[in-house]
Amino acid sequence: MMAKYDEPLLIEIEGEESIIPEGVERKSLNIPNLSEREVMKHFLHLSQMNYGVDTGFYPLGSCTMKYNMKLLERVARYEKALYTHPLQHEKSVQGSMEIMYHLERLLCEITGMDAFTLQPCAGAHGEFTGMLIARAYFESIGEGETRREVIVPDSAHGTNPASARMAGFEVVEIPSKEGRVDMDALRHVLSERTAAFMLTNPNTLGIFEREILEISREVKKVGALLYYDGANLNAIMGKTKPGIMGFDIVHVNLHKTFGTPHGGGGPGSGPVGVKRHLEKFLPVPRIEKKDGEYHFNYDLPHSIGKVSEFYGNFAVLLKAYAYILKKGKELERVTERAVLNANYLMKKLREAGYNVPHPGRRMHEFVISLSDIKEKGLRAMDVAKRLLDYGFHPPTVYFPLIVDEAFMVEPTEDETRESMDAFVDAMKKIREEDVEIVKNAPHTMPVARVNEAKAVKEPILTWKDIVVE
Amino acid sequence: MKDMLDYLGIKSVDELFDEIPSEAKSSLNLPGPMDDMEVEARIKKILDKNISFFDMPSFLPIIKAHYIPPVVDEIVSRQEFYTSYTPYQPEASQGILQAMFEYQSVIAELTGMDVANVSMYDSATALGEAALMAHRINRKKKIVIPRNIFWHKKSVLANYVKRAGMEIVEVDYGEDGRMVLDFDGQDVAAIYVENPNFFGLIDKRYGEIEEIKERMDAMLIAGIDPLSLSIFNPPSHYGADIVIGDGYLGNPMNFGGPLLGIFACRREFVRQMPGKIVGATVDSNGKRAFCMTLQTREQHIRRGRATSNICSNQALCCIAFLAYVAAMGSNGLRKVALKNMENARYMAEGMKKIGFDMPFDGEFFNEFVVSAPKNMEEINDKLLSQGIQMGLPINEFVENGILMGVTEMHTKEMMDGALEKIRHLMEGEE
Repeated sequence: MMAKYDEPLLIEIEGEESIIPEGVERKSLNIPNLSEREVMKHFLHLSQMNYGVDTGFYPLGSCTMKYNMKLLERVARYEKALYTHPLQHEKSVQGSMEIMYHLERLLCEITGMDAFTLQPCAGAHGEFTGMLIARAYFESIGEGETRREVIVPDSAHGTNPASARMAGFEVVEIPSKEGRVDMDALRHVLSERTAAFMLTNPNTLGIFEREILEISREVKKVGALLYYDGANLNAIMGKTKPGIMGFDIVHVNLHKTFGTPHGGGGPGSGPVGVKRHLEKFLPVPRIEKKDGEYHFNYDLPHSIGKVSEFYGNFAVLLKAYAYILKKGKELERVTERAVLNANYLMKKLREAGYNVPHPGRRMHEFVISLSDIKEKGLRAMDVAKRLLDYGFHPPTVYFPLIVDEAFMVEPTEDETRESMDAFVDAMKKIREEDVEIVKNAPHTMPVARVNEAKAVKEPILTWKDIVVE
Repeated sequence: MKDMLDYLGIKSVDELFDEIPSEAKSSLNLPGPMDDMEVEARIKKILDKNISFFDMPSFLPIIKAHYIPPVVDEIVSRQEFYTSYTPYQPEASQGILQAMFEYQSVIAELTGMDVANVSMYDSATALGEAALMAHRINRKKKIVIPRNIFWHKKSVLANYVKRAGMEIVEVDYGEDGRMVLDFDGQDVAAIYVENPNFFGLIDKRYGEIEEIKERMDAMLIAGIDPLSLSIFNPPSHYGADIVIGDGYLGNPMNFGGPLLGIFACRREFVRQMPGKIVGATVDSNGKRAFCMTLQTREQHIRRGRATSNICSNQALCCIAFLAYVAAMGSNGLRKVALKNMENARYMAEGMKKIGFDMPFDGEFFNEFVVSAPKNMEEINDKLLSQGIQMGLPINEFVENGILMGVTEMHTKEMMDGALEKIRHLMEGEE
């Protein structure tokens, strides 16, 4: 299904000689001089050894690998989007500013927040921005010195504690109870030292925190802020909103919920929304509309300043805008189908004998525990690798950390019943297969099992380390 | 859908959402849906209000228009690259992993460093992360920067370092526009130098830069322009420990994003590096293979103790950068770099001829500062209405100063036309 090549490194492909023209100070520059034909062939071969969303089922939990509509690529290639400079006079970039202004409003409607910044370039960058806003807020009310703790559940994404730490907070982790926030544990750690509680809802197990209103009341009671990690927003659009659930700060991942491609790791986009009382702390510039014209306002004394060089990943913003225009109020159907698919697939896998800890409903994703295969000498990663042989990208493995041998499955709204059934069939077959076949998988990929331990022990990080000249 | 509902034993899809408390239920007030044609028409109509580089020559600095060979577009348009996720399953991601490894190799070659990561968001966040990394390594508190850096970058840096208890110390520049290098200080974690600097000037005080770094017992962070490094010596020549910059090659301006934050360093510091790193290894048959490595530095494993919170990065921009460099080769890169210098000189000479001053002597790459004989605000507005976007006003550094950027995209006709209009307006004002 995927091509196999012994594709040489660029530097190993034979090219023309390097020439040093007049006026060049640097004498050696070891970059090959190849014909366009060689360059195209090289990268085509590489692409054929890579699995994308268009290739097949990609149920990577937490990552929302939905189909990326080609419409988005088309609109992002307009010359008037590509070739505008961020410091051009405002009068000459009214189009880009209008799109950003509208997108902010659309995100406010979808999340129930009052104001948005589009500047953060990724989800984690949004978390960091949100935490800086929390710091600025508490400093403004004279509690900067005392509000030093951020609480996260043990099921949280790793970025949550990392972002809180980068913003200078201490992280307090609380255990989960039956897959949800343990209210007693939360009450126990909430205090006048608490700056914020970071939560994703539904959580990383795909379970809706049904006590969210009680959580919100408890957090507010001690004067802390409630932060929404928007990684799982695909599960709730049109059904509820973070703003209504009581969240004060929200980040959304445009590259998840709003269908912009992941690019092999990025660029993404992590806009941050806040309630009115936090608006004045948002990064500069803010886009304002006056007399039918858009302006950048840098003159905001309470703002935290800037978190990235210009206005965020504009091309990604543009794609998300196209996605929201296209779906419109049908975003609610997106959510319904995503949740229906996840519950369908979960039930199928449960019936096939797979253990999904904690009974009951899930939202857009669910987590299987493969701990029972350990007695056969297998690990969740072995099953993941074997799935590759069946043509599927495996789910997220070993996350969240609170589930032993976790397999986190998120089918998204775009998968058909047939492709989910085929996935279940593969999972059933793998259960029955010879242990050695699974343990040594994959067998059909461009390479066999990659030795990741060796890559850590003997780091080879550039071609200089392997190419002998 | 009905049979799926039946299978789940529920009557309607609403039942799937019955755990949401009724007080928290809501609906969406959105228009649409629209079909593709309507969306395209709507967006095109809005974007038509923009004026692009091709409609209006621009001399703005920092991020500039560069030519992107069609083969680059073709490569980054492969769905296998642009729709894939971070390559956590290396067996299904050898293509992009090898490309990332090659990107790291190209960055290492250009910068003279041993290792590079697969990007930060932009050069400003890369600078912030570099300062934090220096602090982790030597536990010192201060980051020394030139007073003349782009103010956006300074603001981002402040947000990254101040919550870690670090302090920014600004050093002035001399009459030659270059950072003064005989400052004193203690507890300096890192010194940041830009080359070319914010005024576009090339710094060849290699010995002096290395000396001040050693005297301060600090790390040296160098901010670079990747194209310039095809013809000038890399920062390894003056003792850089960490190198950052904007990797604009192969990536269009896009109103300032996505950009690519280059981040490279010496091998001894690799375990303190932020971001994703790809390594070469073997598969179980002994065949060459690639995978992400040294992941215990990262948030998904180390959580609150990670070297950075970064997860999503600008990976596809790295692929575009690599494809550009591959398409150009060392010969093509040098040709473009020299063309940038040549055009920038042509424009600078032209500006001098019509009455502008160049306040700083010395070699520059593709950006330079001019000072106008009078306040340019009104003239800039008039130029705009005549289809010329002038450079960036930098009055806080130079009276009536303008920072100009010129690349291989600025044809002689374009520059002559602009110079003529500027001259005309300047004379008309008198």
